[in-house]
Amino acid sequence: MAPQGDCGSWYVVDTRYGARVESQEDRDLSQHDTEKPHLPPPSLWPIGFAIGIACVLTGLVVSWVAAAVGALIALVFGFLWIRDITSGVRQPAAPVETEARPLRDTGAPPAAEGEAAMPVMSEEEIAAYPRSTFLSAATLGLGAVIGGIITVPVLGFAVLPSFTNQRKPNVDLGPLENFPEGQFIIATYLEDPKVGEVSRRTMFVRNNGLLEDKPSFTMLFSRCVHLGCPVQPNGIIDSENMKTVGEQNVELTPVLVSNFGCPCHGGQYNTEGNRTAGPPVRALDRAEFSVRDGKLYLGEFYSVGEVKGAGARARIKKYGHTNPGVHVDGIEAWLYPIEVPG
Amino acid sequence: MATAAKRKSPRRRQLEAAVLYPVDWLEERSGLVGGIKYFLFRKVPRDTGWFHTLGSATLTAFLVQAITGVILAFYYKPDPDSAYQSIQAITNDLTLGWLVRGMHRWGASVFIILMFLHMARVFLFGAYKYPRELNWIIGVLLLALGMAEGFTGYLLPWDQTAYWATVVGININGTAPFLGPFLAQFLQGGAAIGEDTLGKFYSLHMLALPGAIMGLIGLHLYLVIRLGVTSPPWSPEAAGRDRAPVVPSANGREGLVRPGARGGANGS
Repeated sequence: MAPQGDCGSWYVVDTRYGARVESQEDRDLSQHDTEKPHLPPPSLWPIGFAIGIACVLTGLVVSWVAAAVGALIALVFGFLWIRDITSGVRQPAAPVETEARPLRDTGAPPAAEGEAAMPVMSEEEIAAYPRSTFLSAATLGLGAVIGGIITVPVLGFAVLPSFTNQRKPNVDLGPLENFPEGQFIIATYLEDPKVGEVSRRTMFVRNNGLLEDKPSFTMLFSRCVHLGCPVQPNGIIDSENMKTVGEQNVELTPVLVSNFGCPCHGGQYNTEGNRTAGPPVRALDRAEFSVRDGKLYLGEFYSVGEVKGAGARARIKKYGHTNPGVHVDGIEAWLYPIEVPG
Repeated sequence: MATAAKRKSPRRRQLEAAVLYPVDWLEERSGLVGGIKYFLFRKVPRDTGWFHTLGSATLTAFLVQAITGVILAFYYKPDPDSAYQSIQAITNDLTLGWLVRGMHRWGASVFIILMFLHMARVFLFGAYKYPRELNWIIGVLLLALGMAEGFTGYLLPWDQTAYWATVVGININGTAPFLGPFLAQFLQGGAAIGEDTLGKFYSLHMLALPGAIMGLIGLHLYLVIRLGVTSPPWSPEAAGRDRAPVVPSANGREGLVRPGARGGANGS
């Protein structure tokens, strides 16, 4: 410090510790004046740990061996790092004087009554579990139980409805004669008529004719598998011949399709739903179908890796229905190991 | 000033006492007045400038969002059938509705921009360093929550832009590895955006996220007050070095020679 003048106090702007302004007197009296920042000493362990993590992430894509080696590196360096950090903490704790009560020595009462009937505790045991410790543990424990009883059902209600009861009944798309062979039809329907127009979905439906005496349909879901925008048919839409059928307000519009394109980010698909350009990560999602009483019904949705061939003879790599942007095949699919329920 | 105070008329003194009485009453029972005075009149480094006002500006922007948001909630209906119509009514039919909705809508962008400017100031001044790391972390959480406010609020007008932007936004969340598809389905409240999505986003937008933001702002301010404000990097008071105290010279005119020196130093 600079030499002290004859004045009683002066002020110091302490830029390092928060620019507090404090008088010299305060400073001298202050008990918790930290002169050194409590920073951990420099160490190489975090760098090794980071390299290990990087190896794990690379290994997830490249090879399991690399991931295992990375995990080993991360574990070893993580252990060393933690050991390094906690070296100061792991000193033996200072002995704490606990609340203790001496046992009354009242001679030996009859074994069936009085304290002698209670379990005998040594003074050490009583010292180790004093009443205050028990009471604070009981308060915290009871609080945790009450909190849990309230929180668990509330959290469940917040999360579970999104994942349950998601199955929708099959949609009646109307009589088969509305689907001439080889022609794409834009079929829009209300997924849930109670909810209304916000649940309107669009399928591109093409009748592929009969394959071994069984009907064959290509049913492409219109949502882009990049990020879920509505894919549009590139071609002539015959809006004048639109028909409305069924209870779910199904609108059927014939269309001449050359290919499909998404207006948001330029994804392009051919008439089998395979990606031809742009950012989509797989082929367009499809739906199963069934024919009952001469009517076409829309079934479960599924996701598609790639379609080989075309029309009725197409060979489709089929996966569980998943979110847009999620890879279903190739190494990137390893990033999405758990299928979403519902 | 001292002589002027002595010359106060009795009436004026009476009036001051009447004003001060409730203030003193409050102070005696809560200490709030002293606390507010401490907050407002705390010492800061002398070379703080306009850059240091960005945090308060962000806070002001948030308060504007909170107040206009509460008022918009009087008239907005978070229901797929009427949300769009209620927004149209606010904008076109209700008196001054266009203004309050405009404040909320443009204020949202102002809030985000100010958060980034404030963050840039803190970064470039090195104000995130020891012992203020925790406040930087809280600030990053606030930024994330602010962005979440923007994301959830964008759906509420329930027009085509809102709908498809939210579809894309949710599906971007859905591409996150491992849990992304779960997050997307949770946000949608089902396999696709529907009636539950709007209610969920409205609740998050006006209850959960603002509550979290207010709590974190409280922590943020507490740490600012506790740790103080940093000097700019060009400050002559080099970081970590104690400034030489101002010692009054023999003629006692130090204060005149160095007008920048803190008051109180020449009180001897």
